[in-house]
Amino acid sequence: MSGKPKLHYFNGRGRMEPIRWLLAAAGVEFEESYLETKDDLTKLQKGGSLLFQQVPMVEIDGMKLVQTRAIMNYIATKYNLCGKDLKERALIDMYVEGLFDLNELLMTYEFLPADKKEQHFANMLDKAENRYFPVFEKVLKDHGKDFLVGNQLSRADVQLLEVILMAEEYKADILAKFPLLQSFKARMSAIPNIKKFLQPGSQRKPLADKNAVAKVMKIFY
Amino acid sequence: MSAKPKLYYFDGRGKMESIRWLLAAAGVEFEEEFLETRDQYEKLLQGGSLLFQQVPMVEIDGMRMVQTRAILSYIAAKYNLYGKDLKERALIDMYVGGTDDLMGFILVFPFLSAEDKEKQRAFIVQKATSRYFPVYEKVLKDHGQDFLVGNSFSWADVHLLEAILMVEEKKSDVLSGFPQLQAFKARISSIPAIKKFLEPGSQRKPVPDDKYVETVRRVLRMYYDMKAN
Repeated sequence: MSGKPKLHYFNGRGRMEPIRWLLAAAGVEFEESYLETKDDLTKLQKGGSLLFQQVPMVEIDGMKLVQTRAIMNYIATKYNLCGKDLKERALIDMYVEGLFDLNELLMTYEFLPADKKEQHFANMLDKAENRYFPVFEKVLKDHGKDFLVGNQLSRADVQLLEVILMAEEYKADILAKFPLLQSFKARMSAIPNIKKFLQPGSQRKPLADKNAVAKVMKIFY
Repeated sequence: MSAKPKLYYFDGRGKMESIRWLLAAAGVEFEEEFLETRDQYEKLLQGGSLLFQQVPMVEIDGMRMVQTRAILSYIAAKYNLYGKDLKERALIDMYVGGTDDLMGFILVFPFLSAEDKEKQRAFIVQKATSRYFPVYEKVLKDHGQDFLVGNSFSWADVHLLEAILMVEEKKSDVLSGFPQLQAFKARISSIPAIKKFLEPGSQRKPVPDDKYVETVRRVLRMYYDMKAN
């Protein structure tokens, strides 16, 4: 096993994307092994690498970690992106879990059957604009600091940026009512590790197109 | 705010039950406020207590915590049920992730149509016996210790016991192929704090019934049908 973490997933965002963001923000180089066919998944399963037969799986520090949250918790704690004490961690965890919920809504959209898409689209943007973004706008307004928690970069900031950019892919002006999130987005995007990740050629994955969706369906269903 | 944690939820299991289990296992007394009416829920919303407009919410240590996983992580860390280092924590997180997924299939069960319930029951049992239970059976067999991680009682053990009991409610002999889990179940159930929680009169909630479903639908105005897996 090389020194770098190795990510096992399909060549797309899905549940692995927040993990890629977190590693990138932490300045950690990583390798990727892509599942292209159902056979690839079966081989991994039969080889005993996947604790619950599922991906994401990340080889890191001698472990084969599965379960998105377990992987994210490990990386965030190892690279000091979890706050400085239990209470900051609690705030970060609350924000991150809310963002997971919104990420889930945005992420599943491309994989829905055509007749379910319209309602889901309306719901996901409604939740972004009326449930989640107002919370983070208020957090930033109330303390007036650059980062969500404890005046330093944490996984919550990274995930919020990721989710903002995903939402904007569906509604370009979704931040119109959120001036502080607009400046947050600009500030975060300028952080060197993140700036690099946002440039073409990075390991950030694009929005799934029709071909990618078809491929994923074949692998997992 | 009293010194004891205060739980805001329906008078039933749902997403709050794992939190009740963990507090009980940690020997922490807690209070509960049950949502019965839409008005109560709207008052909570208007008062700004629910960060993302959702329950569970737990008042604890001066915070109004929401998001089940955040609450559970906080309690586990505070009461030393989260392993002794980063690697043990990773194992616990993985195991809890599995039992969380399994219990998630059971969570939706009361909200399914009668026909979907039968489908879902079969699905739950199939996943429990082919994907999840074999993992924990092997973990216990491989290290031969009493607890899942680090030879020490943790959140993972509590969560697994909760999951086992919930699946047994769907099929009483579901542990028949899993001798390690049978012994685990007996062992963990006899830990004093857990034994107490398993006795009648504790704050453990019963299997959801129609009244529970009705209350949730009424309070959340959630009248659509859930789908089976």
